[in-house]
Formats: sequence, structure tokens, C-alpha cells
Amino acid sequence: MTVAGTALVEPDVLERVLRRALERGGDFAEVFVEDRTMSAISLDDRRVEELSTGHERGAGIRVVVGETTGFAHTADLTERGLRAAAEAAGAVAREGGGGARRVALEEGRVAAPNEVRILPSDVTKAAKVELLSRADAAARSSSDSIVQVSVGYGDTRRRIQVANSEGLLSGDDRVRTRFSVLCVASGDTGMQTGYETRALTVGFELFETASVEEVATEAAHRALTKLSARPAPAGVVPVVLQRGSGGILFHEACGHGLEADHIVKDSSVYTNRVGELVASPLVTLVDDGTVGPNWGSFAIDDEGRPAQHNVLIQDGVLVDYMWDEVSARRRQRASSGNGRRESYRHLPMVRMTNTYLLPGEDDPEEIVAQTPHGIYVAHLGGGQVNTATGDFVFGMTEAYLIENGRITEPLRDANMIGNGPDVLAKIDTIGSDFDMSPGTCGKDGQSVPVGCGQPTLRITGVTIGGTAGA
Amino acid sequence: MPELLELAEAVAARADVASGEEVEAYVAHGRDTSIRVYDGEIEQLSSAESAGVGVRVVREGRQGFAWVGALDETAAEEALTEARDNVAYASADEHAGLARPDGVAPVTLELWRGEQAEYPTQAKVDLALEVERMVRAGDPRIRQVVSSDYSDAMTEWGVATSTGISSAARRTICHLFVNAIAGEGDDTQTGFGYSVGRAAGDLDVVACSADAVERATRMLGAKKPRSSRLTAVLDRRVTATLLGILARTLSGEEVSKGRSLFADRVGEELGPGTLTLVDDPTDPAALGAAPMDAEGLATRRNELIQGGKLMGYLYDTHAARVAGTVSTGSAVRGGYRTTPGVGARAVSLLPGELSQEEIISAVGTGLFVQSVSGVHSGVNAVSGDFSVGAQGVMIRDGALAEPVREMTIASSIQRMLQHVSFIGSDLEWLPGSAAGLTLAIDDMSLGGE
Repeated sequence: MTVAGTALVEPDVLERVLRRALERGGDFAEVFVEDRTMSAISLDDRRVEELSTGHERGAGIRVVVGETTGFAHTADLTERGLRAAAEAAGAVAREGGGGARRVALEEGRVAAPNEVRILPSDVTKAAKVELLSRADAAARSSSDSIVQVSVGYGDTRRRIQVANSEGLLSGDDRVRTRFSVLCVASGDTGMQTGYETRALTVGFELFETASVEEVATEAAHRALTKLSARPAPAGVVPVVLQRGSGGILFHEACGHGLEADHIVKDSSVYTNRVGELVASPLVTLVDDGTVGPNWGSFAIDDEGRPAQHNVLIQDGVLVDYMWDEVSARRRQRASSGNGRRESYRHLPMVRMTNTYLLPGEDDPEEIVAQTPHGIYVAHLGGGQVNTATGDFVFGMTEAYLIENGRITEPLRDANMIGNGPDVLAKIDTIGSDFDMSPGTCGKDGQSVPVGCGQPTLRITGVTIGGTAGA
Repeated sequence: MPELLELAEAVAARADVASGEEVEAYVAHGRDTSIRVYDGEIEQLSSAESAGVGVRVVREGRQGFAWVGALDETAAEEALTEARDNVAYASADEHAGLARPDGVAPVTLELWRGEQAEYPTQAKVDLALEVERMVRAGDPRIRQVVSSDYSDAMTEWGVATSTGISSAARRTICHLFVNAIAGEGDDTQTGFGYSVGRAAGDLDVVACSADAVERATRMLGAKKPRSSRLTAVLDRRVTATLLGILARTLSGEEVSKGRSLFADRVGEELGPGTLTLVDDPTDPAALGAAPMDAEGLATRRNELIQGGKLMGYLYDTHAARVAGTVSTGSAVRGGYRTTPGVGARAVSLLPGELSQEEIISAVGTGLFVQSVSGVHSGVNAVSGDFSVGAQGVMIRDGALAEPVREMTIASSIQRMLQHVSFIGSDLEWLPGSAAGLTLAIDDMSLGGE
């Protein structure tokens, strides 16, 4: 779908609003307009609890004066409402003397990273509801030990329009669809949970490739496996990450530290390290918003810049950081298309899109076979990082012991902890396979959809937070 | 505020009562400011007003919901029409239905400080600047103040139903938050401080700054410790996080859906006799205090654990009907965009006799946990498995010794309750839904070298 110019607000109105925003002075002004519709369905305890739908539209306006940003938002998209927000945002320009500055917008068209074929709004509510019941049945039929199933479906359509005082006018129409299943299994050792999800920047065609029964049985399998799991060890052990299971590791271990807002404030371990070896020479890390239909893809970012393919680390050497408009201005360079925001009510900041490690040359099965003792991680939950120190954690939600080069017993959930630069240096083998998975990234109170990906690989030592002796 | 509730009442009055239809409107309006300063200048200043309405419709045991991010008659009409349309797709549920007045009178709470509306923006900026300045001056090893934030919110909300509920409430809240980096040689550590109050005048600039400085500097030189089993002394903030998780496991909804590790255990001993856990949103000192819950029922004091014994669970109207009991006034919702669910607003442990220092002294050998990370990924509220990243200071000879980092602490929620050995006297309400106090827990696994 090529969607620029979905005129939520007419260009001549935007030009006048931008002018008003800069009336008291300022270096840069921007209007971000959004119209969002969503539908969500939850099934829990065998019942479709409810179908909920929502709709909102509004605009966020910012004015940048030197290093200061003023921001205001409004749900009133009339010219009067927008001008009031522009005045509020422009109030940070205390110097005055901006005078009349004419803004001439020139509309740009950016192709979407992929086509959306079936708009969720064109699908009947009944057809959506049916998916949930099917998943519930599939999960419950996999074992009598599955005692509870909750299924979630959600779709959103965000039409956006961005205009700024440099003449940029661009638009995007983002459709995202997700489906998730959470199972609870009960056995002699208590209860365990298993979660699985599919989420892509597409419409209802998600279900042409994603079988809801498959999602359900994978979640059920994960919960059932852990019923017989033993406690994870406590201490440092080698870890093999299955392809697609642990992209979150790179998102946390180094992705956040490569966001330029942390760099310009010297609050990242990767500050001033471009050109240096920051990882094993096997590591090439990319952030790429163009690889549709992954969860973190878009045509333009939330500042109107086209999505880019950005190489962050090449053969272990730090190439560049990720930039938004404000951080790029501070270093007199261009944004890398990483300015994102949760909604019109939020200011944009540097965010990842789809972040992934490129495949290597090793046979994934050999990587396990060549590991005498360690842990095999088949699925990771969320994670968290302190960018200033590089210390991160992430949760293992499906993991096994590796004994004598073979995957053996399942382990109970535990966190792993490590230090980004340290772990990146300890990657000693990278497989030739690859997979991506969707996630939600939280930063400074804002959530955005991201993709994470990686081949099967081994880290020679990671601290595991279990309760058993290592 | 009457206007807000009038709008909700007008929507509720549209219910087709004759056909058995029930309608609930939840309306909310907020005004907030957020300011970030950096290096002596304003980095971001944002001020905004937002409002919306969420409408729930129940007919023949089926529930539909819709929200609109605007607050006027057109928006309310759109939400009502959509919610009615959505009803048909839900499964029939004999327990579905909106709250009904239960005769419990709401307590009067002073949570609104009108003077906040007049507090000058420049004075708010100055508070954030003052914190930044004090942190920088607090210790020569402070290398950077990443951000110093002031934020405030004035929120009003109301619920009206066709079943006779009509309640409204409002509150103000202000925060200061500062994020500092300390450095010495190649070593870098971070610490943050905050202060919360109902009005800007309640904020404590000194304590907020000093906290960030102490937390960042005392971690300098931290090393990864050896793996072991030991007593963990949790800082107040960490205890509050733990109580938040514990309260989730005591939700009547999770119990009835078979997702609580404490299901069917009312009357059993979960911990020592000193352990008493209460959720009391009527306590005005609690930052989560509110006179009414998200369904419009009066909030009340609920005892969850008394003298180590499990007393009961929290319920909203639906969970209560499933369990054959009555709501405990514990419905919460994440604003007008969501339907209500069960949740705690103000959980706290009954404080003990000892200060933090006295507990550290009594423990003798162990680990003082300053902060934890990865709570959302490492704690499973269904199985009870607990594993989080941690940093803190080792306790030797009854006093704080060397700082430690890049380690994990692990146990299970069940075991942690059983092994509570000391409960501090230093109760403090923290942002979120829980109060913190120093808490010592024996037999935790430390994962390190």
C-alpha cells in the first residue's frame, strides 16, 4: 500500500499552524497528526470475555529552540485547536523575535515496506472471534494438564501525517495484527506457563501464514515441558541461543546503548567508540525499519524520515549509532530514521525498529554438539538494560540443559544477567540459520513495536539466576 | 467535575432497561505537565490535556466495550453504538453484569490540591533545575545527571451505570525524578532518586537529590560476587516491587481462573506470625489512595494476610460473582481505554520494630539489595518462580561492606514468604500501589561467579 498524503489535516492548515508555532521564535517546528483505530478480543477461561474497539485522533506539536523542546498535544484537529496547541508548544521560545516565517510544505511519498492486503476493518468481527475459539480448543486438546488458556487478538491501524518547518510533509498508514496464547499447565510440581505470539505489520492476512492452532500448541508445549523442569543453575555457564529465540539479547545488550540520545549525554558504555572493536569479530548487527512485514517496520518514522537499513556493528567494529531529529541536530548530521513515538500524545525519541544479528557459517546442530556443558535457550521473555553500565537481564521462558553435546532436561524459568560489551565479546560461534520475533519495547514510559532476530549462536559464559548449583 | 459525571450519567441513562440491557460509562479527564532539564537548561517542556470515555454494555450475559479518545456527546454516542455492536460477539456468561450499589459509603479523602493549577511553570522548572544542581554538587564523583524531571497530573474521573452507580473522584500528584551517573576511573554506576507528593510544595528536593547521589556512588567499585545462599535484606523500593507481585497472586480473578499459586489456601500459614498484608486504598497517605474503585464502588480496607495466615482475595464485581461472594471494591482499570479488572491500590505490610540499620546488624552476614531488574521477565506470578537481576552491598559483621553487581537473586514467592525473618519499621508509601519497608528474607540463591 503506498500511502502518503492521507490528508488528516489539509496542507495549507498545517502551514499556518507551523507558522504560528514559530511566531515567538524557534529553530524547528513539527506537527504530528494521528488517527488510530483498534480492535481487541480476549478469550479467557473458555469464554470470549469481550470484543473492544477504540478510536482516537489528535495532533502533537513541538517547537525546538536551541536545546529546548516545547510540546503540546490536542484531540481537537480543527485549525483553532491546532493553533492553540502550537501556541502552547511555542511558549518555550522566550526570546521572541521569531517574526513571521513562511513554511512551504512539499509532499513526499514513501513506499510502504510491504503491502497490506486485508484491512482488519474489512473482516467481520465474527471471523476474528472464531480464531480465538479455535486456539483455545487446540491448546486444551494437546493435554489434560492444560488447565487454563487465554487468547488475545488485536489489530490497529494508525494513519499518520507529519509536517515540519523544513517543508517536509509525509504520511504513513500502518496496519498491525497480533495473536497470542498463554497456557497454564498443572502437575505434581505446581503450575507452569507457556506463551507464544505472532505479530506482523500486516492485516488479517497474518493468518494465512500463522496457524492459530500452531501458536496454541507451541504455547501449550512450553507450559507442559516445564512441568517436569528442574531448577536452573545459579552461576556462569555457556549458553546456546536457538535462532529467533534471543534477538532480545542484542536489543538489550547493545541496541539501547547505541541509541544516540544516550550517546549525546555520555550515558552509554558505547559513547565515543565508533571504529573500535566492541564485539566478537563474528558479530554484524543491523537495525532495519524497511524489512516488512516485521513487527518494527514502517514507511516513515514518526518524524517523517523514511525507514532505513542501518549497520550498527560490522564484523565486531562499531559503525554508527541510531539517531532521531533532536540528537542528530546536536551533532549536525542527519537522522537515521529512528525517531518513534507511542502516539500523538508523546514526544518522539530514538528507538530501534527491527534489530538483528546477521547469520554466520556454522551448522546450528554442530554448535550444540560442540558444547559439552551448558544451557540451550529456546525462548526468551522480556529484558531490561542499564545503558550507562551495560548491565542487562533477560528472562528464559523455555530452556534446557546441554550435557555432553546433547539437549537434555528442561529448566524452570530464570533470569540471565550479563554486561553488554562483555557478552558480545564472548560470542564464539554463529549459526547459518535465522529467525525474527516480535516484541514490545518500553523506554521512558513509551511502548513501541519492535522486531528482534538472530541466528543460533553460543556465548561462552552468562550468569544464570537459578536456585541450583551450577 | 459535575459536568464529567453528568456526561457519564447521560450515557448510562440511554440503557434499554426494559430489555435487560445494562450500560456503564467511565469518563476521565486529565491535565498534566512534564518538564525535563539537562545541563542547566530546559530540555523538554510538555503540557497537555486529555480526556476520553469508555462504555461497557451488558446484555443477556454478554459484554461489549468501546472507547473514544475525546469527551463530548458525539464521542460518547460513538462509544455506546460500538459497544452495543460488540456485545453480540462475546460468550454468554452467567456472572456478567455491572456493579450495583452495595451500601458501603465512600470515605472522604483529600487527594486534590486545587492550588496546583496555579503553580507557575517557571517554579516547576526551577524545582527540576535545583535537583540537578544539588546532585552535581552532592559528590565529586557524580559525572553526569542524565535527566532531572518534574511532572504533575490533575486527574478527574467518574463512573455511572444504569444499575444505580454514580461516583466521581479526583486527585493531583507531582513527581521529581533524577537519574545520576557516578564515575571513578573506568568504573561507572548509576542511581536514581525521586520524591512524590500531592502538590509541588510537598516535594523534597534534598531527599530526592541525596538518594540519587548515595545510590550511584555507593555502587562504585562493585564487583560480581561468588554464587551462594544467603539472607537478602531488601531495600524499601525492592520490597514495594515484591508486594506488587504478591498482590497480583491474590486477585480473586486469577484464583478463579486457576492462575494463582495461592488458590484454595485461605486459612493456611503462608509465612511467620509477624507477616500481615493489607490493601487499604482508604489510607490517605497511600499514593494509590482513592475513595472509589473503577466500577464506582467505595474502596475499603482488605486484609489479605493476617499473622502469616491467608485471609482472602481481592474481588471486583465479576470475580466476586464467580466466587459466590461480594466485591471488595478492588476494580482497577488502566484509564478509559480498558475494561475493569481486579487489582490492589495500596498494599503494605504491617511494620515491625527494627530500623534498616538494626536489621542489617541483626542479619550479620548477607546481601543488602539496593535495586532489582528484569522483574517483568524473571518473576512468574503463576508458578511463583522468582529470579531477578540485582545490585547492592554485601553485609559483613552486621554492617554494609563492599558493593556488588551483575548478579541474580532467586527463590520462589512461596519460599520467600516462609523465610521472612525481619520486617522493618521504616514504612514509606512509594509511587505505584505499594508501600516499601526494609525486609529480610533468608535462604535466597545469589547467582554470581
